[in-house]
Amino acid sequence: MDLESLTHTSGEWLRGSGPDSDIVISSRIRLARNLAQYPFLSRADDSVRGETSDLLRGTIEDLGLPRRLSYVNVGGLVDLDRQFLVERQLISREHAESRGSRGVCVSDEENVSLMINEEDHLRIQVLRSGFSLDECWDEINRIDDALESRVTYAFSENLGYLTACPTNVGTGIRVSVMLHLPALVLTKEIQKVFQALQKISLAVRGLYGEGSQAMGDFYQISNQITLGKSEEQLIESIRDVVPNIIAYERRVRNALVKENRQSLHDQVSRAYGILQNAQTISSEETMQLLSSVRMGINLELIDDLKMSTVNELFIHTQPAHLQKLRKEDLESAERNVARARYLRQRLGGNGSEMQN
Amino acid sequence: MKKCHRCSKPATLHITEIREGVVQELHLCESCAQDYLENTDSPEPSEDFDPIHEKLSEYEVDEELAELDQNECPNCGITFREFRSQGRLGCPHDYVAFEHELMPLLENIHGEVQHCGKFPKRAPDASQRQYQLIKLRNELRGAVEQENYEEAARLRDEIQTIENELNAEQT
Repeated sequence: MDLESLTHTSGEWLRGSGPDSDIVISSRIRLARNLAQYPFLSRADDSVRGETSDLLRGTIEDLGLPRRLSYVNVGGLVDLDRQFLVERQLISREHAESRGSRGVCVSDEENVSLMINEEDHLRIQVLRSGFSLDECWDEINRIDDALESRVTYAFSENLGYLTACPTNVGTGIRVSVMLHLPALVLTKEIQKVFQALQKISLAVRGLYGEGSQAMGDFYQISNQITLGKSEEQLIESIRDVVPNIIAYERRVRNALVKENRQSLHDQVSRAYGILQNAQTISSEETMQLLSSVRMGINLELIDDLKMSTVNELFIHTQPAHLQKLRKEDLESAERNVARARYLRQRLGGNGSEMQN
Repeated sequence: MKKCHRCSKPATLHITEIREGVVQELHLCESCAQDYLENTDSPEPSEDFDPIHEKLSEYEVDEELAELDQNECPNCGITFREFRSQGRLGCPHDYVAFEHELMPLLENIHGEVQHCGKFPKRAPDASQRQYQLIKLRNELRGAVEQENYEEAARLRDEIQTIENELNAEQT
């Protein structure tokens, strides 16, 4: 896979379509699997790592899945390229930062990725735009079935799929939905959502891991329990709760528009204006302003910008993406200048070069 | 009732803090929570948070555990102590070798210790149906809890059919 060609595109999951995509950015399911005949990676030396990665890569490429997959040798990449894959959500941060032989098989649309030698021998991930957990499950289940007919997974009758960390044992499934909740954050109602989710054992995380609010009001809701419930039940636990959060966010947005339309319109327009005109801008500020703009599009306060563009900008203004676009290593201050220039270009603001 | 993390009063506010992409749960009483929420700009430094370490830290090293700590998996050679410090097991056999130590941990993390999801298609036919039974019984429990008696009756019939089949094969 040619990473350079990816810099100008974005994954299908960012296109901003699918059910409830005004609030649900993406749905994701991942499965953790290990090969029965090898130790887990914490006890695997280089030769074992080499064997598991060769075996899994060969098996995956041989599956004849309907989607074309390309293999990326993550262990052989420079740091910037690894960071680039993390920003695109194709590999995890742990996978980027670990050591030794490892790789990832990625589908052309970037909807499917199979991480080899992550914390477990294999982590399968399927992503979809919008609120589409059933589609994710159908696809990942098929991939898992196909693999299972060719390799022997570590599995026990009582404990299910055996994983390196006991927090994943059983189904090995993590079901998550990425939500954009600017109105709940603005009104501080988000705390109530956290409390409610905690009571039913669901976890809340940010977009990549940086601080919560600074990262564009994105929240990932996922299951914590993996043992003692079936995959369908765990998916249902997320599927049941998300519509309530969506309805809550929509209600608060409508209330904001109704009670305070002018000041909301002002905030959104200022955010848009800064993004179109800034000469230097940090990643945090960009995320925060893009979040306002994104909400503005949903509330029809901005009408000349596509949702897919804003979704893409959240990813393309991340540090590794900017450096790949500029084809050079940049210090933080240089990145802020490059980011502002890129935003002016994409948003057609003053002094834009309009090259594309 | 959980106690406040900062004083010993009962915790009435349960805060989920997200930092560096990891979620940390805080249980605080009214006054500590007030104090905490007002001072969120100067957060306490948080080390790399990993949920397994939080669970493991609940296991005080008493004498009994010190002994268990020496247990070693005959397959991969990891000791339970090593697992406790790194939070990752060494091989699939650890779940057998450390069964006694791991069960309470699994119960604590998941609230259950019996898998009832997907199972490998290549498992022998008889054990496939065992898994099926486990799954159906679990669904039955859920149906009863939700007072969905129609579904419960259907599940009960299905369970009965599989049990009969298995019994018939055994005799």
